[in-house]
Amino acid sequence: MKDGPNIPLSTGCRDTPVLRERGQREVFCGLTGIIWLHRKMQDAFFLVVGSRTCAHLLQSAAGVMIFAEPRFGTAILEEKDLAGLADAHEELDREVARLLSRRPDIRQLFLVGSCPSEVIKLDLARAAERLTRVHAPQVRVVNFSGSGIETTFTQGEDACLAAQVPIMGDTDARELVVVGALPDVVEDQAKALLNDLGIDKVSFFPSRTADALPEIGPNTVFALTQPFLGDTHAALTRRGARHISAPFPFGEVGTTQWLAAVAAEFGVDQDLFDRVTAAPRARAQKAIAAHRETLAGKSVFFFPDSQLEVPLARFLVNECGMDALEIGTPYLHKALCGPDLDLIPQGPIISEGQDVDKQLDRALSANPDLTVCGLGLANPLEAQNLRTKWAIELVFTPVHFYEQAGDLAGLFSRPLRRSEMLHFEAAE
Amino acid sequence: MKLTVWTYEGPPHVGAMRVATGMKDLHYVLHAPQGDTYADLLFTMIERRDHRPPVTFTTFQARDLGSDTASLFKDACLDAYERFKPEAIIVGASCTAELIQDDPGGLAETMGLPIPVIPLELPSYQRKENFGCDETFFQIVRHLAQPQEKTPHLTANILGPTGLGFRHRDDVTEITGLLEELGVTVNVAAPMGASPVEIARLPAAHFNVLLYPETAEAAARWLERNHDQPYTKTVPIGVGATQDFIAEIRTLAGLEGRSDISRLRLPWYAKSVDSTYLTGKRVFIFGDATHVKAAARIARDEMGFEVCGLGCYNREFARDIRALGREFGVDALITDDYLEVEAAIMEAAPEMILGTQMERHIGKRLGIGCAVISAPVHVQDFPARYSPQMGWEGANVIFDTWVHPLVMGLEEHLLHMFREDFEFHDDAGASHHGGHPGPRVEGGQPPVGDADSPRDISGSMEAGVPVVQTDGSIVWEEAAERELKKIPFFVRGKAKRNTEAFAVERGMSEISIETLYEAKAHFAR
Repeated sequence: MKDGPNIPLSTGCRDTPVLRERGQREVFCGLTGIIWLHRKMQDAFFLVVGSRTCAHLLQSAAGVMIFAEPRFGTAILEEKDLAGLADAHEELDREVARLLSRRPDIRQLFLVGSCPSEVIKLDLARAAERLTRVHAPQVRVVNFSGSGIETTFTQGEDACLAAQVPIMGDTDARELVVVGALPDVVEDQAKALLNDLGIDKVSFFPSRTADALPEIGPNTVFALTQPFLGDTHAALTRRGARHISAPFPFGEVGTTQWLAAVAAEFGVDQDLFDRVTAAPRARAQKAIAAHRETLAGKSVFFFPDSQLEVPLARFLVNECGMDALEIGTPYLHKALCGPDLDLIPQGPIISEGQDVDKQLDRALSANPDLTVCGLGLANPLEAQNLRTKWAIELVFTPVHFYEQAGDLAGLFSRPLRRSEMLHFEAAE
Repeated sequence: MKLTVWTYEGPPHVGAMRVATGMKDLHYVLHAPQGDTYADLLFTMIERRDHRPPVTFTTFQARDLGSDTASLFKDACLDAYERFKPEAIIVGASCTAELIQDDPGGLAETMGLPIPVIPLELPSYQRKENFGCDETFFQIVRHLAQPQEKTPHLTANILGPTGLGFRHRDDVTEITGLLEELGVTVNVAAPMGASPVEIARLPAAHFNVLLYPETAEAAARWLERNHDQPYTKTVPIGVGATQDFIAEIRTLAGLEGRSDISRLRLPWYAKSVDSTYLTGKRVFIFGDATHVKAAARIARDEMGFEVCGLGCYNREFARDIRALGREFGVDALITDDYLEVEAAIMEAAPEMILGTQMERHIGKRLGIGCAVISAPVHVQDFPARYSPQMGWEGANVIFDTWVHPLVMGLEEHLLHMFREDFEFHDDAGASHHGGHPGPRVEGGQPPVGDADSPRDISGSMEAGVPVVQTDGSIVWEEAAERELKKIPFFVRGKAKRNTEAFAVERGMSEISIETLYEAKAHFAR
């Protein structure tokens, strides 16, 4: 077992041929992102225009019903909306008016497209424009699609953020925008680190409130905290902003390299960088080391889920000493994940898309020590004697930056430790 | 269009999944977009199943819509047949696939698979989960049941249990045992646990035991018409209902078999003096119609509660539940909008709720105890221990479950006596529920919710039970208000409401301590 980070000498996985699969995909649709986005954006309401299935998904995907003041709901299409008896737009206007009158605290309303609304070609973009005119300036209405036919799981957040880029104000200021929904506590940590590096003009996107939406322009640079933000990346680039490419800020190494890339962009001197990062780096290393004892030398297999698979595999391989067998991801955005792929030594299968039955065959034959997969697969795989980490926890738990590095490693080590703890044999 | 936050029932194809997942050697090929696979986790996580549901989703995407989703479906069908080798396949569409009109049933029939292929028509924009169960099971039975001789010995089928059902697993065990005591052998229990080959053998039984009308009534009716199998009308939940059920079985079977009631404890527990405090507890009952009907009878006749409100979310049974409401002297609430249910519960101010997981959350917000009696279910509704709702053991389980949320008998008296004690005060809640009583806040904690309450999305609703009336019509004198706060939390809402009604009736504009006790005497029961 090595002590330090396991940085490969050879070239990484960036040029590994990708196994592309097109079969049954066992993944969530983009509506799922609403579960965390509605908590992050405190004056926003997410109105899905869809079916009973959409409402049921939101209720089920949360794992428990989040009964604390849901700022989301589903306008369920009924037979008469489809048969053209009712003008769906009139119905929508009525529901939105009712909703906004009951919730005067709402400043931004997202009309979220679903599979049925896309298939019947209900023009929610037009509806959003119309409703913005009606409810301005109190409420801004924006449309994006979280439909399963267009988005997979975390792509819902991407679509939501990309839809907000066109309404950002213009600025010529030299500013850093940190992009990707983070828990407030993590956001505050990141802000403190960046401020300590002397980077003062930092904003976060998505913003906690509508008023705090970042402005953007040719002097804006942005750094992504999540690998699934391809469309947002493209939209920001179109507005003239420039992306700072880096590994994603998971673990000690990922966070340091992410901060280093930002620091380089802002000309932070090395001494200051070392001074600011030394203590949290040491803490993160120490916290990871505790879990590394459990994880090192063990193998891991990723089913596609959140698009976090590549950076997480990078973390587990580099910093926890694990051996990746397959890294499956719903969509591989090489431009964004390239820096992480570079750090993963060649060896694992990199797969994109899914044919779930074939992939289950591969997983069972590879017999990994740990399988990272969705909720639908976890218990069935446990029953076949594979240890699993269900992936949705990775998007519902604070895992970014130094202070969460140990928690992140802990999410993977816990199933392994647990299986060592449990004994059901007779004492003899 | 209807704005919905939480739903009591999923879409109808989830009902079909519950039937398929309960069965063996059956496969469901579901034309559905990616994302609809979320439904798998209901079974693998909530019910802790160790197998994936036997469902192949076509998971079409936007790019497929322009090309050929029909051949995608046929490929999925063929792959599923070859990989899983089921005895029969059911095929259908989810809400989105229904819109693209590929006709999965028609497509599958043309494929010439060497096993029965059963098409399902489940209108996603009109119907819901329970209908999906009922219709799917009906179609499976209609396609597979074979005419045959009745068994030489007396047999019955058990109809209705599905995957993800509220205590279905244990109800089947309990009722199978009860039937055996009475001299009736179970031929097939279905859909849960049955294979298509066993479904074919359904008509061999002499009659059917319909456990859950929600999920199997259509099949029971069809079997009665086409295979000369009468079915039971009583659902054996509760002591009285189980006795009625036994009487029904004796008639159907022409038997005099007896059931051993030595392990039935509910009647004695309800009679024992410790239960005196249960007398007249006001309960609000909401859930699926079958469980609500059973619960109302148990609540009144076997626990000595007062039913102060009831209703169900499945409209198919609206007429039955309205009739039940008339029998109990309350207006039945038929709705699948949980905000309406919450409003009705606030209005009725019950001392306990018998409901679903949704009402459990409502109760949590309102500070009212709740026992779960019906689906929708959550992981805790699949306990590791044996805990049926039906038969004698079911009655025992119900007694324990319903008493648990309440403050215990002697404790209730002590709370009345020492309600101003700074540690042992009523806001601390029932002692066996853990939680550490905080010091008493002057005036007590508000009886309702917190800042996070979803009442925020229904601002028009009355916010809890304000201690001082603000609409100007009636004013509580300060002393009366203080006295009101001394009344234990679980009856404070009712006392306030009664006192105000009493005052209004008499044209009073102010409420004094005197008025409070006048009203108490007036409403004394």
